[in-house]
Amino acid sequence: MIEVEGVERRYDGVAVLSEVTLSLPKGGLTAIIGPNGAGKSTLLSVMGRLQKPDAGRVTLEGMHLAQAPGRAVAKKLAMLRQDNHTAARLTVRDLVAFGRYPHCRGNPGPEDQAQIDRALAILGLEPLADRFLDQLSGGQRQRAHIAMVLAQDTGCILLDEPLNNLDISHAVRIITLVREAAQALGKTVVVVLHDINMAAAHCDRIVVMKGGRILRHGTPAELMQADFLSAVYETPISVHELAGRLVAVY
Amino acid sequence: MPEPHSPRPSSQQPGPAARLLFPLALGLTLAMGLASLFVGVSSVSPTLLWAEGGTGPATEVFLTSRLPRTLALALAGTGLALAGLVLQVLVRNRFVEPSTVGTTESASLGILLVMLLAPGLPVPGRMAVAAGFGLAGTGLFLLVLRAVPQRSALMVPLIGLLLSGVIGAVTTFIAYRTDMLQSLGAWSTGDFSVVLQGRYELLWIVAGLTLVSALFADQITVAGLGRDMAIGLGVNHRAVRALGLVLVALLSAAVIVTVGIVPFLGLVVPNVVSLLMGDNLRRTLPVVCLTGAALVMACDIVGRLVVRPYEMPIGLTMGIVGSAAFLWLLTRRRGHVA
Ligand SMILES: Nc1ncnc2c1ncn2[C@@H]1O[C@H](COP(=O)(O)OP(=O)(O)OP(=O)(O)O)[C@@H](O)[C@H]1O
Ligand SMILES: [Mg+2]
Repeated sequence: MIEVEGVERRYDGVAVLSEVTLSLPKGGLTAIIGPNGAGKSTLLSVMGRLQKPDAGRVTLEGMHLAQAPGRAVAKKLAMLRQDNHTAARLTVRDLVAFGRYPHCRGNPGPEDQAQIDRALAILGLEPLADRFLDQLSGGQRQRAHIAMVLAQDTGCILLDEPLNNLDISHAVRIITLVREAAQALGKTVVVVLHDINMAAAHCDRIVVMKGGRILRHGTPAELMQADFLSAVYETPISVHELAGRLVAVY
Repeated sequence: MPEPHSPRPSSQQPGPAARLLFPLALGLTLAMGLASLFVGVSSVSPTLLWAEGGTGPATEVFLTSRLPRTLALALAGTGLALAGLVLQVLVRNRFVEPSTVGTTESASLGILLVMLLAPGLPVPGRMAVAAGFGLAGTGLFLLVLRAVPQRSALMVPLIGLLLSGVIGAVTTFIAYRTDMLQSLGAWSTGDFSVVLQGRYELLWIVAGLTLVSALFADQITVAGLGRDMAIGLGVNHRAVRALGLVLVALLSAAVIVTVGIVPFLGLVVPNVVSLLMGDNLRRTLPVVCLTGAALVMACDIVGRLVVRPYEMPIGLTMGIVGSAAFLWLLTRRRGHVA
C-alpha cells in the first residue's frame, strides 16, 4: 500500500507536481498515462524516493519514505527509470544479481541465485547473460534492467515506461507478467505507459495526469471515454468496443 | 511469478578468457617478484643465499635492499592501480586517475608545505598531511565538475588536468621562492633505488587499504552505477563516494611520500582490466591490484637492466610504457566512453 499525500515538486519555482494525492491499495496494477511533460516521471521518482518532494509526503506501508533507512525501503520498493544508461561495463547477469543486493549484501545464497535465474529466464536473457551491457541493443538493455527490478522481488514495483524500445512480443510478455505478479502475488505495481490501449487492456486502475496534476483516477471502463481522452491529449480520439475490449482509435 | 521456461545452471564468470586473468596476473606478479629479488648490480642468487646460510654480504644486500625494494614496488603498484580503479568507478569516467584530477598535485603541495613549515614531522605525519591535501584537491575537482554544465567524457579529464596544472604551478612557485625547487624535483620523481629497509614500511598501509576496498567492493560498484541506482538498491551513495575518495587520497599519499610520483599506472591498469573483464569490482579488484604490482616491478627491472650499472628512474620507463598503452586504449575505448 503506497500513499502520496499532497506532493508538490518545483523546478526553479515552476511547479511540476501540484497537490498530488494518490492512494494505491496493496496488490493490483496501476497505469499512469498522460501527455509528455505531465509529470509522470517526476511523480514516480518522488514515489521511488529518488527526489524529495518540496511539500507533502509518500508513505509505503506506513513507512515515511523520506525518513526510512535506505536498505529497508530497497527490500520493499524497486524502481525502473525511464532512461537507463548504465555506464559501467557489467554483464547482464551481474546487473541482475545486483537486484538481490538489498537482500543478500553481495553474498547470494541459493534463494538469491534462483531469483536471478528466474528473472533472466522470464525476460529471455539467458543467451545474453554473459554479455556486457554495452554489447546489447536498446531493447535488450531495457529487458536487462527490468530483470534486475524483478530480481529485487519487492512488494511494490515502479516502472517508468518499461515497454520503451520493446518489440510487441516482449511488451505483451512483460505487461502480462507484471499483471500476474500483481494479481497472484499481491504486488503493488505502477507503470507509466503511453499506449492507452495497453493500459486499458491490462491494468486494474488508470491514473491520468496532465500539467502536474492528477485529472482522474479510475477503472479503465470509467476512463476510456472519447471526450475525456480527446481533451487530455488535445487530439481527436474515439473509443470502440472490439473483441470485448475498449479500444481507443486515434 | 511464472516458472522459467528453461531453468539452467548458472555460471559465475563472464567468459573463459576472463576466468584465466586472475591466475595469469598472479603468476606474472610472482614471476616479477622473483626476478626483482635477484636482478641487480651486486649478485644475489638463491644458491648464494643458501651457501651463506643466514649471514654474509649477499644476505645483507638481500635483506636490506632487494627484499624491501621488491615489497615496496609491489605495494606501490597495488596502491596506484587500486586508487585509479576506485576513482574511475566513482567519477564514472575512464580517463581519470589521481594524477589527472589534482589528488597527486595537491598531495605534493602538502608535502612541500610540511618540508617548509614543519621539517621535523615524522613520515606518518607527512603522509597524513599529504592525504588531507590530496582529499581536498579531489574534492575541489568534483566541485568544479559539478559546476561545469555540459560534460562529455573527455571534458572530465581535461578539467582535471587543468586543475592539476594550476595546483602544480602553485607548488612550483612556492618551491621557487623558497629555493626548494631541486629537492621538490628530487623526491617527487618516482624512484625505488632509494628504498631500503626502514624507509618503505609506511607502504604496508596500502595492504590495509586494499583490504578495506575489497570489503566495500560491491558498494563501490553500485555507487558507480549512479546515484539513482544506488538509492534503489539501498546503498548510501554519498557515504560510499566519500569513503572511496578517502581511500584514493590515502593510497596516493602513501605512495608519494615513500617513493614519489609514478605516472600512468592508475590510468592504464584499470582500463585494460575493465576492457577484458568489465567493471564488477568484486572480480576485477584482485586482478587490478596484481597487474599493478606486476607492471611496476617489470618497469623497475627494465630500468635496472637497460643502463647497467646505473638505473633509469621508474617514471621514465613507466611513462614510455604507460603512454603507449594509453594511446592504444584511446583507440579501443572510443566505442564505449562513459
Ligand atoms: N531537471 C529538471 N529541471 C527542470 N525541469 C524539469 C526537470 N525535469 C523535468 N522537468 C520538467 O518537469 C515536467 C515534468 O517532467 P516529467 O519528466 O515528469 O514528464 P513526463 O510526464 O514523464 O513526460 P514524458 O512522457 O515525456 O516522459 C516537464 O515539463 C519537464 O520539462
Ligand atoms: Mg517520463
